[in-house]
Amino acid sequence: MQPHKTLDITADYCPITFVKTKLALEEMKPGEILEVFLANEEAVQNVPRSVRSDGHLVHLLEGQENGIYRLLIEKRGGEEIDPD
Amino acid sequence: MTLTEEQIHRYARHIVIPEIGGKGQEKLLAAKVLLVGAGGLGSPVALYLAGAGVGTLGIMDGDTVSLSNLQRQIIHTTADIGRLKVDSAKDAINHINPDVQVITYPEYASVENILQIMSAYDLVLDCCDNFATRYLVNDAAVLLKKPFIYGSVMRFDGQAAVFYPPQGPCYRCLFPEAPPPGAVPTCQEAGVMGVLPGLIGMVQATETIKFILGAGDLLLGKLLVYDALAMDFMKIQIGPNPECAVCGNQPTITALHADNYQQLPCPSE
Repeated sequence: MQPHKTLDITADYCPITFVKTKLALEEMKPGEILEVFLANEEAVQNVPRSVRSDGHLVHLLEGQENGIYRLLIEKRGGEEIDPD
Repeated sequence: MTLTEEQIHRYARHIVIPEIGGKGQEKLLAAKVLLVGAGGLGSPVALYLAGAGVGTLGIMDGDTVSLSNLQRQIIHTTADIGRLKVDSAKDAINHINPDVQVITYPEYASVENILQIMSAYDLVLDCCDNFATRYLVNDAAVLLKKPFIYGSVMRFDGQAAVFYPPQGPCYRCLFPEAPPPGAVPTCQEAGVMGVLPGLIGMVQATETIKFILGAGDLLLGKLLVYDALAMDFMKIQIGPNPECAVCGNQPTITALHADNYQQLPCPSE
C-alpha cells in the first residue's frame, strides 16, 4: 500500500496530533492513503479512533523497533462540509 | 492559505469540528466583518470574533469610553475612560489575537460614510444603540446586498435576526418606520441589564460565524426574542414585505438621504 502523503507527528501531543492528521486528510482526495508516524501512547490510542469517527478507514497501525508507530489511513469522502 | 503551526494550535478546537475543519478556519481568517458600534453589543461580538480568528474586523464608533459604559461594555476597562472606543477595542483585540487585522473608524455611521466603508466588508453587524443608525445601516446593507446581523437590547429584553434580502426580510420589512421621537425611551433613559448585550451579542457572533462557514440554519426570516426575566427564548417567523420601501417590489429608497435618518440628539453620558 503506497502512501500518497506522509505526516510525522512524533513530536506532537493530543489534540494537535489529531488536528494535524485531520488537516492532512482535508487536502487529500478520497481513496488516497496517508501515512502517519506517531510516538506517544495517547496519540496511538486517540488518533485512529478520531480518524475512524470522521469516517476514514484505518488500514494499519504497527509498532516499529524504534518505538515509533506507523499508521495507514485511507481518506474517505463525505465527512467534510463544503458550503460552496 | 495554509495554517501556520501557531494557527493550528490556536484554532485546534475549531479545526477538529467537522463543520469547521482547516477549510472553515481559513474562511474565517479570510472574512471581513464590520461592527457598527463598539459598545454593549460590539464588545462581546468583537472579543469572540477575534478569538475565532475572523481575519478583518472593521469597528466604527465616534464615542469615547465613559464610566457608565463599563457595566456592560466588557471590551473596555476603567483605564480606557476618555479614550476612543475604537482604539480601546483595537488594543483588546490585538491582545487576544494578533492574527486579526483591526480597521478603526472613529466616526458615527452617516449617509456620507456608510456606503463607502461597508462596501469593503462581507457582513455588517448592527451593534448600535439608536434607531436612526439602525435604519441607515439596514438600508445601506440592502443597497449593497450585504448580510446584516441585527441585535438590540433594552432593560431585560433582546432581539436578534439575520437580514439578507431576498432571503427573508430586512429590518424595514419588520418595522417600516422608526418610532416617532419621544415614543420610545432613547439611549440612556431606559437602561439595560449589563449581561443582556452579552447574550444578544453572542447570538450575533454565532450567526456571523455560521454565515461565514455556511453551517447550520440562520435566523433568516426568523426573529429571536429573548425575555431575561422569564428566561424565555422565542423564535417568530417573519416574512419579507413586498411593499418595503427599501427591499420591496417598488422601492422608494434607492439612495441614502440624511432626512430619512434623523433622531433626537442623545445627552452625553
